[in-house]
Amino acid sequence: MFAIRKYCLFKVLIVGLLSLGFSTIALAKNHDPLKVAFVYVGPTGDAGWTYAHDEARKYMVEQLGEKVKTTYVENVAEGADAERVITELARAGNKLIFTTSFGYMNPTLKVAKKFPDVKFEHASGYKRSKNVGTYFDRVYQGRYLTGMVAGLMTKSNLLGYVGSFPIPEVIRGINAFTLGARAVNPKAEVKVVWVSSWYDPGKESEAANTMINMGVDVVTQHTDSPGPINAAEKKGVYAVGYHSDMAVYGPKAHLTATEHNWGPLYTAKAQAVLDGTWKSEDVWGGLSDNALDLAPYNKAVPKHVRAIVDQSKSLIAEGKLHPFVGPIKDQSGEIKVPKGQRMSDSEMLGMKWYVEGVQGKLPK
Amino acid sequence: MRIKLEARGQQSKLMSYASPILAALLTLICGAFLFWMLGKSPMQALHTFLIMPISDPYRIAELLVKAGPIVLCAMGLSICFRANIWNIGAEGQLLMGGLVGSCAALALLDSQGIWVLPLILVAGILGGMAWAAIPAFLKNYFNTNEILSTIMLNYISLNILLHGVHGPLKDPNGFNFPESALFSDWQTMPILLEGTRLHLGVSFALLAMVGVWVLMSKTFIGFQIKVLGGDERSAHFAGFKHKRLVWFCLLLCGGLAGLAGVGEVTGPIGQLVPNISPGYGYAAIIVAFLGRLHPLGILFAGLLMALLYMGGEMVQIHLDLPLAVTGVFQGMLLLFLLICDVLIGYRIIVHKSAPKIVKQSLSIEPPAVAIEGK
Repeated sequence: MFAIRKYCLFKVLIVGLLSLGFSTIALAKNHDPLKVAFVYVGPTGDAGWTYAHDEARKYMVEQLGEKVKTTYVENVAEGADAERVITELARAGNKLIFTTSFGYMNPTLKVAKKFPDVKFEHASGYKRSKNVGTYFDRVYQGRYLTGMVAGLMTKSNLLGYVGSFPIPEVIRGINAFTLGARAVNPKAEVKVVWVSSWYDPGKESEAANTMINMGVDVVTQHTDSPGPINAAEKKGVYAVGYHSDMAVYGPKAHLTATEHNWGPLYTAKAQAVLDGTWKSEDVWGGLSDNALDLAPYNKAVPKHVRAIVDQSKSLIAEGKLHPFVGPIKDQSGEIKVPKGQRMSDSEMLGMKWYVEGVQGKLPK
Repeated sequence: MRIKLEARGQQSKLMSYASPILAALLTLICGAFLFWMLGKSPMQALHTFLIMPISDPYRIAELLVKAGPIVLCAMGLSICFRANIWNIGAEGQLLMGGLVGSCAALALLDSQGIWVLPLILVAGILGGMAWAAIPAFLKNYFNTNEILSTIMLNYISLNILLHGVHGPLKDPNGFNFPESALFSDWQTMPILLEGTRLHLGVSFALLAMVGVWVLMSKTFIGFQIKVLGGDERSAHFAGFKHKRLVWFCLLLCGGLAGLAGVGEVTGPIGQLVPNISPGYGYAAIIVAFLGRLHPLGILFAGLLMALLYMGGEMVQIHLDLPLAVTGVFQGMLLLFLLICDVLIGYRIIVHKSAPKIVKQSLSIEPPAVAIEGK
């Protein structure tokens, strides 16, 4: 009882000190900074999707210092609430607003119409307007590389993938991971379990456990919680994280992770607004733009594996290697991408089929 | 020392009105202290939390938009709770209303005319009623506990909705993303106040309030519901048809929750999305009890709940306070309201001496340290 109270008091004190710190930063300005706001779908937390966005926000503040002032709202539901929060942020004088979840697409467009002098950046969407741009990162490049790590580390040649929803973004990730694994280990196959949620620690670890029981010895995920990493740690198998470095949740299991690196993009966008050069566009940055990265390798990953993956990483960054280059076969063995040909962005954006090596049927 | 709650013989009428005010005062004082500890000006923080959400017409409209679906669900729930039917399923009924309404809207996507929207609304209401009919049937014919059946049906309806929005109902031009096509102007609620999101659906909450009040205080069926809730055996002896009342309460609640759901998709959202409700059906349970199951009380409780949600966003946006702090503040208000309500009905009795049974056991085997500890 007393321990709990002490802990809470301690937390409150820390929060208090932090906010004092922020307010002193805010006071030390000489001219009006650019106000930049972020709408988050989850809590900032210690790992995952929203965490990666908030780290990028901090990076931007570090880079631009007093030229910007940031605000964020956590846990904004993707339904009717989003429009109100975005409107309120625009009314509060924010001139650049990042809405960081797919469900904010239509609300962002609605608010943007009412505030023509405010710039909006929406993550993962496909609708733009004069003052709404969209952005995402080429996560499939990271998936391909982590697939290589998994393919080299597996003993059972069976990899597991916890999926959220069968949309092209997720399918692209599964395919890239599979292609990466099979590039270094032609015997590797990938099992997929769908959990119909972006964030559900219970379901995610359950899905991971099921696959581990079926013989999977490297688990990865396209969901937000560290649940699958935890599950792998407990069962003594390997895992590959997503969104951010999740090593703390599985010190032995966590081989590496595909990390978003939104920081440089956010900084560039804010600078563009400051310079008056901002324009609405679709940004799909890859390794060459430093838009994503791999988390540090686990010490269990041997040198030769690191060397292979690092080399592929620089080849992708230089544009010499493309994860989706033919020949690529689908599950039935039919060639979907002819030898030597690269898939175009629009083909990748609309991906609705599994490559050879993925087990099970894609839900329609 | 022992602390006990003892029922008061008579409840003070004055205190039953004063208790919410007292709770509000306690919250203000503790809230001010909390904000002061966080290095914010207490007055400014409280102002941002509680006054800013109602400081101009746009924000007031937003407050009403937020409160609407909660109040609609809570009105329906209050009838069930009065009859001792523990319907926890307003959330699922709301989702089903939104889903069935959306199906109708998508089927009529190219239709124009003033009849389109009412048809969609009726579809939504029927969807909610159909979902509530399941626990009613199970309760009447298999004596199934409605708490369990309604909770479980919430998850089922959510997953049916997810299946729909990820599958057959998704926008064919939407790159496979889980959203339906946008509804047309004929299919969305007319806006009542230009420049805001205040839509026709919000007025349904007021209508529901009047309807529920008339039902419960002016009609025989309302009387039957109260008797059933007060003492099931008396209701039975009086010849009231128990099964029929269960059907009535659950279907009415399902209809209202369904209306709330279809009001969200045709109102502020304007399409079917995976998250049509951030837990309105659950918030409505709190609101129903906070409003003491009285229609007017529920209206105020619903507005208060909406104010707390919005105030929480306001302090995040304007004062850079983290979400957790707003949660603490919201929790504080609800806790004080409950504490004050308990103290109307009960008094605290402090027994100075320890209970006898403990003393006896001590006298048999007196461990010195333990006595010191007492």
